[in-house]
Amino acid sequence: MQAIELLAIVVLLPFLAAPFAAWGARFNRFAAAWVAGGATLAALALFAALVYAYGDVMPVATSHAWIESAGLSFGFRLDGLSMMFAGLILVIGLLIVIYARYYLSPSDSMGRFFAYLLMFMGAMLGVVLAENLINLVIFWELTSLASFLLISYWQHRKEARYGARLALAITGAGGLALLGGVLILGHIVGSYELSDVLAAGDLIKNHDLYAPALILILLGVFTKSAQFPFHFWLPNAMAAPTPVSAYLHSATMVKAGIFLLARFFPALAGTDLWVGIVSTAGLITFLLGAYTALFRHDLKGLLAYSTISHLGLITLLFGFGTPLAAVAGIFHILNHATFKASLFMVAGIVDHETGTRDMRRLGGLIKFMPHTAALGIIAAMAMAGVPLFNGFLSKEMFFTESMRVAGSMGPVWLLPILVSLGGLLSVAYSLRFVHDTFFGKLDGDLPKTPHEPPGMMKRPVDLLVILSLAVGILPALVIGPLLHVAVTGVLQGEPPYYKLALWHGFNLPLLMSAVALGGGVVLYLLRRPVFRWHGRSLAHLDARVPYNRLMELLMRSGAGATALIDNGRLGRLVIVTLGFALGAGLLGYLLPQTLAPVRNAIEHASAADSGDWVTVFAIALIVLATLVTTVWHRQRLFALITMSVVGLGVAMLFARFSAPDLAMTQLSVEVVTMILLLLALFYLPQQSRALSSPARRWRDAGIATALGAGIAAFTYAIISRPFESISGYFLEQSVPGGGGHNVVNVILVDFRGYDTFGEITVLALAGLGIFAMLKGLSLPASRRDPFGRPWSDDPHPLLLRTFTQILLPLTLLFGIYVFLRGHNQPGGGFIAGLIVASALIAQYMANGIETAERKLRLPIHGILGAGLLIALGTGLTSMVFGVPFLTSAFTHLDLPVIGDIEIASAIAFDLGVFLVVVGSTMLILLNLGRLTDHAVDHPDYTAIESSHTDAGTRREADA
Amino acid sequence: MTNIALSLLIGMLTGAGVYLVLRAQTFPVVLGLTLMSYGVNLFLFAMGRLKTAAPAVVGAVEHPTDPLPQALVLTAIVIAFAMTAFVIVLALKARAALGNDHVDGVHIPQADRLLDRSEEPRA
Repeated sequence: MQAIELLAIVVLLPFLAAPFAAWGARFNRFAAAWVAGGATLAALALFAALVYAYGDVMPVATSHAWIESAGLSFGFRLDGLSMMFAGLILVIGLLIVIYARYYLSPSDSMGRFFAYLLMFMGAMLGVVLAENLINLVIFWELTSLASFLLISYWQHRKEARYGARLALAITGAGGLALLGGVLILGHIVGSYELSDVLAAGDLIKNHDLYAPALILILLGVFTKSAQFPFHFWLPNAMAAPTPVSAYLHSATMVKAGIFLLARFFPALAGTDLWVGIVSTAGLITFLLGAYTALFRHDLKGLLAYSTISHLGLITLLFGFGTPLAAVAGIFHILNHATFKASLFMVAGIVDHETGTRDMRRLGGLIKFMPHTAALGIIAAMAMAGVPLFNGFLSKEMFFTESMRVAGSMGPVWLLPILVSLGGLLSVAYSLRFVHDTFFGKLDGDLPKTPHEPPGMMKRPVDLLVILSLAVGILPALVIGPLLHVAVTGVLQGEPPYYKLALWHGFNLPLLMSAVALGGGVVLYLLRRPVFRWHGRSLAHLDARVPYNRLMELLMRSGAGATALIDNGRLGRLVIVTLGFALGAGLLGYLLPQTLAPVRNAIEHASAADSGDWVTVFAIALIVLATLVTTVWHRQRLFALITMSVVGLGVAMLFARFSAPDLAMTQLSVEVVTMILLLLALFYLPQQSRALSSPARRWRDAGIATALGAGIAAFTYAIISRPFESISGYFLEQSVPGGGGHNVVNVILVDFRGYDTFGEITVLALAGLGIFAMLKGLSLPASRRDPFGRPWSDDPHPLLLRTFTQILLPLTLLFGIYVFLRGHNQPGGGFIAGLIVASALIAQYMANGIETAERKLRLPIHGILGAGLLIALGTGLTSMVFGVPFLTSAFTHLDLPVIGDIEIASAIAFDLGVFLVVVGSTMLILLNLGRLTDHAVDHPDYTAIESSHTDAGTRREADA
Repeated sequence: MTNIALSLLIGMLTGAGVYLVLRAQTFPVVLGLTLMSYGVNLFLFAMGRLKTAAPAVVGAVEHPTDPLPQALVLTAIVIAFAMTAFVIVLALKARAALGNDHVDGVHIPQADRLLDRSEEPRA
């Protein structure tokens, strides 16, 4: 194994640590923070080692086959871009962990918080390090889910729940669009591996499907990175705890979209369509965010809109589509991450120590928390783009790029003016953030008396602010190498020439910066009239309003559509379902191209079909029994008996048409079904009341006849035409491959053993479910039959007792015989299980449950469990021998006296089937029988029941 | 001739099952489901075509019948039994909880009193 495979560990480590964080918090709430910090640190150390080892040979990628048919592999990639982002995610993640450890109050669950945070971190790492695009989309969706959990962390708050739902709806929808885009991309390139996609830029851009792929991918990008018109989820996500906002909205979640722009830059960028969509969305977002940020009173609200604005700026840069703009974009991603994380953490400290984030109440805090104020001021200056701070450098590059491309985007003066305006607005809101919080008058009655926070809460901010200054003053030294590597990763080639320096001489971009700075200060000084104007004109615009309307409409029409099909009544549901089936069948039948073959089959078949009058007569008898059951179904006991005639007739048909296994199964199932329904009938009314009007009965009869006729025609059309079976394989391989002559049984326990395993599990679950439902149930039961005659009092007739006693060993022996011969002759586990179960049930019926239990001492749950375990064990044993689950093996044994016998491992599996069938049948019938002990006998009960339901049904008919 | 008769039988079983499933009380619905499952099992079985005296046992006859639908139907029969049991027990549970055997779950408070469990929470 190559060391680069360890990249997967970097991604998986946070996921693996998440449960430990949640679990550790049960013993000590700070244990969660230690686990989170330790895991992040370990992932960071491993990642650093990998970067050190492979830094020179980037890009490197690993890939393991996962679901090859879907183009899905499990692979990771290390190049400049993924290195930069993974580094950001881990480093800022570590700082956030430290900060959150002090931020969360004792009433907040630390375990839950850090578990979510770790899951989110792992998902983000997965996005940026993914090599396979589908893999990337999966991690992308995981970030949406994890951020949903983080935003809704304070679940008791309504706005937290709303914000989380909003974020999930928007980013989740974008994720779907992204999946679509990626699938198209994979279709164009013929591979989902990033290395292939990035190398196929020209192919993609000239393909007919380029436009849909680009638009779908951009939908994913814009929703995630809060670009106009999807920006409005981000401010609502501020309901999250501040460490979450600091993490999600500075370095991670919202940057995932930007990451994707950079990731696909070589493959998708540079076309007119790209420039048109991306730069327009970026520019609008840049200006709208900056404008709105100025008027937010909430510290975090201001930061949220400023984040939107800066994301717009970066998007705009990538939208220019030139390599130099990409350099500026990457540089600004780094800078924005540092100063925005600091600012969110400062806002959190202010909130934590004063109890409010409202800038109308805050002020003058510099006296109480000078250290925090210094941090806030420096970070805000970086955000405003003041010289000596990192934000200045990337903004200069941004202005320079805007000048360069201005000519190709509208009038040459338009773009420079608009971006200067954006810069001006960001100066104004940065000034407001600083001035309204740390200077000016303090509102006397703050919820808390402000003071400096614990030292460790400031350390992460200290570090980021120092970094921001260092980059701002000595850019080439501090950030130059990293930027170079990252840009190489974006462009997948040597970056163009650019110079990182504080001073570029007097030029137009510098003038734009000066205008922005000066204008921003002036705008802030004139804030009162500006605020008044805003309040009168634009303040009421809210993108959430149309969103909420849309959601409401969706919910209402959803509920309406559901009510149309499901009005809470079974009848409606059945009719809708069957009506649909009938309609689909009729449509298919009436279409001219299907009609001819069907007619053809019908005409041709009757000649080939020989008349077999005995069988036809038997079938006519079953038809008659069915008819009687249906017409006289209200006499329930009578209907049950006639229905058993139908069941026995079906068993005879199976026997007639070469299916001895089915005949035996049907016969024994018929026995247990009748016992079951007779038992159940004891607790139900003996007669059905006439609840439906004659009109309704005729309507139902019409539907039933139409469906029955349709099914009959359908069946006839199929069975009378020639066909080629796939069973040849099973018939040929049964003896050499499965070691058995009874092909039906070999299919069950060998070829399709996995299906059978699923089926016996269902059987066991049904038995257990019934056991659970019947526990502690008491039911009304009548002591008389429908005609007023009392049931027989003799509980355990002597004759029955004696006969079952004699029959028991015989039946058991017969069951074992049927089981053992099953692999070569008709029989097997299912049939033997049913036979044995009915023999045992007869004992219970003859002797009473308690006596029989004393005599037999059957551990029924044990039998059931043993059966499942044996079946599972047989399957697993084959895995021990290195062959797939449930592969069977067989051998011939030459025993003295008995002679040559064939032993197949499948017989062990069949034993499991046998035990499960015995266990669940007994479990069902015995527990139903046991209810007699709790039966309540009340003469009035039936009267009330019938009067009430009749009335209820009449009301229903009227309605 | 046999094909026509069997097709009609399957249609008849389905139709009768549908009619009973559309009744308003639980027991007939369970009867209907059972009839329908007879019909479905026969339908699946018939997909392998009807052959007499040709069981799918290797060496018994030269041209055995199709074993695959048989294997499917065999498990279907057993599962149908388990499902019938589950549904009928559900019906019993509903009667105990609601005081009647109507399929739409109409609750009768007086029945609770007669069973002397008015204190119990409604299921």
